[in-house]
Amino acid sequence: MSGCSDKSFHLIRVGTMHHRPLIDGNVSGCLGVLPSHSEPVNSETNRTTSSCSSFSGTAYFLSALCVYISSFLLPFSTKTSSRINRDRLRLSNWESFAIKLLKGQTLTRYVKNKLELRWVLVQFGAFIVLCGATHLINLWTFTMHSRTVAMVMTTAKVFTAAVSCITALMLVHIIPDLLSVKTRELFLKNKAAELDREMGLIRTQEETGRHVRMLTHEIRSTLDRHTILKTTLVELGRTLALEECALWMPTRTGLELQLSYTLRQQNPVGYTVPIHHPMINQVFSSSHAIKISPNCPVARIRPAGKYMPGEVVAVRVPLLHLSNFQINDWPELSTKRYALMVLMLPSDSARQWHVHELELVEVVADQVAVALSHAAILEESMRARDLLMEQNVALDLARREAETAIRARNDFLAVMNHEMRTPMHAIIALSSLLQETELTPEQRLMVETILKSSNLLATLINDVLDLSRLEDGSLQLDLGTFNLYALFREVLNLIKPIASVKKLHVSLNLAPDLPEYAVGDEKRLMQTILNVVGNAVKFSKDGSILITAFVAKAELLRDPRTPEFFPVPGDNHFYLRVQVKDSGIGVSPQDIPKLFTKFAQIQSTAIRNSGGSGLGLAICKRFVNLMEGHIWIESEGLGKGCTAIFMVKLGIPERLNDSRLALMPKVPPNHGPAAFPGLKVLVMDENGVSRMVTKGLLVHLGCDVTMVSSSEECLRVVSHEHKVVFMDVCVPGMDGYEIAIRIQEKFTKRHERPIIVALTGNTDKVTKEKFMRVGMDGVILKPVSLDKMRSVLSDLLEHRVLFEAI
Amino acid sequence: MDLVQLQRQLVDYRTSLYHEGFLDEQFTQLQELQDENNPDFVVEVVSLYFEDSERLLNELSKALEQQIIDFKRIDAHVHQLKGSSSSIGAQRVQKLCIVFRNYCEAQNVEGCLKCLQQVKHEYSIVKTKLESMFQLERQILNAGGSVPV
Repeated sequence: MSGCSDKSFHLIRVGTMHHRPLIDGNVSGCLGVLPSHSEPVNSETNRTTSSCSSFSGTAYFLSALCVYISSFLLPFSTKTSSRINRDRLRLSNWESFAIKLLKGQTLTRYVKNKLELRWVLVQFGAFIVLCGATHLINLWTFTMHSRTVAMVMTTAKVFTAAVSCITALMLVHIIPDLLSVKTRELFLKNKAAELDREMGLIRTQEETGRHVRMLTHEIRSTLDRHTILKTTLVELGRTLALEECALWMPTRTGLELQLSYTLRQQNPVGYTVPIHHPMINQVFSSSHAIKISPNCPVARIRPAGKYMPGEVVAVRVPLLHLSNFQINDWPELSTKRYALMVLMLPSDSARQWHVHELELVEVVADQVAVALSHAAILEESMRARDLLMEQNVALDLARREAETAIRARNDFLAVMNHEMRTPMHAIIALSSLLQETELTPEQRLMVETILKSSNLLATLINDVLDLSRLEDGSLQLDLGTFNLYALFREVLNLIKPIASVKKLHVSLNLAPDLPEYAVGDEKRLMQTILNVVGNAVKFSKDGSILITAFVAKAELLRDPRTPEFFPVPGDNHFYLRVQVKDSGIGVSPQDIPKLFTKFAQIQSTAIRNSGGSGLGLAICKRFVNLMEGHIWIESEGLGKGCTAIFMVKLGIPERLNDSRLALMPKVPPNHGPAAFPGLKVLVMDENGVSRMVTKGLLVHLGCDVTMVSSSEECLRVVSHEHKVVFMDVCVPGMDGYEIAIRIQEKFTKRHERPIIVALTGNTDKVTKEKFMRVGMDGVILKPVSLDKMRSVLSDLLEHRVLFEAI
Repeated sequence: MDLVQLQRQLVDYRTSLYHEGFLDEQFTQLQELQDENNPDFVVEVVSLYFEDSERLLNELSKALEQQIIDFKRIDAHVHQLKGSSSSIGAQRVQKLCIVFRNYCEAQNVEGCLKCLQQVKHEYSIVKTKLESMFQLERQILNAGGSVPV
């Protein structure tokens, strides 16, 4: 501006130069070289020129001032403009750096421009200075001036002119550059604006990303399926500003998709859509979110409005099941079920689905899948844990119950054991003591029976407890030497009372080759025999019971029914075989195996009424097994009686005159003539001779014999003092049986009744059985030897029962 | 006679009786029963036997002479005789009695009669024998010895 004004002024000057010769001096001064050396400046023209020059001087002064001022102001102006620009942009550091980079391309040129611009400024400054100087010097030419002043003036003018020419030339060169700087600035401004926009986009994206993270966090923060799905829809809707968002789950059959959750609609009606729609298949086959047509059945959630529906996108959500997860293995992708998530942009918004939005949707879908699978796993594990807890509780309860039961049983056993043993001890002890006192033979007999019975009972009690030990197999036999015959006799003694009450008669048949002494567990063997015989008695209403015992022959030892039983005969042991045959109710063949099972009872009312715990035979079987034997029952059927047979292994004692034998009280060593001092007996015999002979026998043995010759006399004479009644019944026509019965009737009490023995010459079975049935205690076959009589009497008196003396 | 000789004679006699089957074991038993408490036991029993048997035999004879023979009664008697004989040890008599009883059962009168004769015969033999034996024993006792068992 100042330059222009300056230039215009010079032009004016140039113009005035043509018209005023005085001004010529100046012009020539301006132009530099002028040979106008010696032309003196006229004073006449000074007046006109002085007015002109005063006007021009003022103009010079003003322009100089302007130039100075503008020269100062120019740098400042550039500074401010740049500052304003920067403020407008509000760029962050990296953005400004980017912009700088953008500008970096033109940096060198910019620098160059700056340099050039500075040079121009310098030039301008020089020009201004020179021009001002020139005009100031011109003031001295207002009046007469010397040549020197003119020279200086001219020089100044020349310089000014030169500078202005150069500047003009420079300007011509620089102007395009200046203009281009301006354009660059414009360009940068545009770029910055664009970056602004992009920045905005990135920010939105970042926000979206943050939304996603929040959404994921929301989804993963809960393990409840519904919350997950609901949150998904809500957050998605919010983030993406959706109009509608829906989730379609496959039905149980897997053939349809059912609308399960929606964003806006509160109660999704149970729409179902068949799953094999091409579009749905397309969505399922790809892991990306796919744009689908709004006309697709899944997208027609809302009632069709009059607006254009927005774009719809569907994405698959894999539903992973627990079974899909193998240990250290990623879930199989082949056997997946999918749910469908449908997202609808607001209608009429002309919004498009952007890639980033689709990506967001896919990410969310995956997250949802993962979250759902986690939820499923958690559900399973919770369920399993609950189940386990229940089971634990139940098991605990069962364990406690079992413990209680065991404790109760043990307590019971202990208590019963104690409770039963105490009275038993009392009975046994007192009976033993009683034995020591003075007793009549009758009383002694009774006490002995009591003692024997109580011992047996004590053994039984022990065995109740032993049963548990038997089961463990920890029971051991108490081996000892004992008298086999005495054992059988005792069994018979013990069973006789019960048998006679039931009008059964028991007969014992011991083989002659049966050794008198054997080694074994006496108590348990007796218990076994007693149990078996007891069963026979129990299950028979009438009839007879026959007990036979003999040594089992080698060839008979092996029973075809029990191939596993291999008895091996040896030198120091033998097998005792005992058979107990009864004529009772019998056992049906199919029940036979059950007999030996513990507590098993035959389901027949007749048997059940007889009572019993069902334990006896089981115990017997165990004892027999312990004795390396075998026990079984034979029966032809119900009502046909049954036979119980068992074989046990017994040892043969080495020395019969063992010191222990002497302690055995079984065989009374009464071999002297007066074996039975004072024993009152009654002999009934019609035949005088035989009567006398019998009497002689008995007298010889020390008895006090009363003789009667007829039944009436017998009945009359017989009293409770007579211990034994010998009845000769071999006379036909005489009913010895009746007498026996009558005697029995006379003495109601068992202990008062004498032992009745029949003397007969008849040994046939019928007669024998008749005797037994009648209730005779024994039968002796005539002729009676002294020894026979002696043994008979001793047996009779000892056991009150006679095994048949053949 | 000499005591020892007497005793030997007795023993021989007894042995012969056993040998010939007139006496059996039962008689030995009877002898065993004889002790200091009962010194004459055997004699007493045998005497009783004789009495009893004779009575019975008479009865039998009478019964068999009847018009209508009561076999039952005969049987009873024979049974008695048998019993007595067996008690004594008179083996032969006893065996005959068994045969007799069979005839009785068969109601064979002739058989019975025949048997009766036989029984009587046997009985008398055994009686004689026993009496001589007892006499020998008495002699021994009188001689101051003891009767060998």
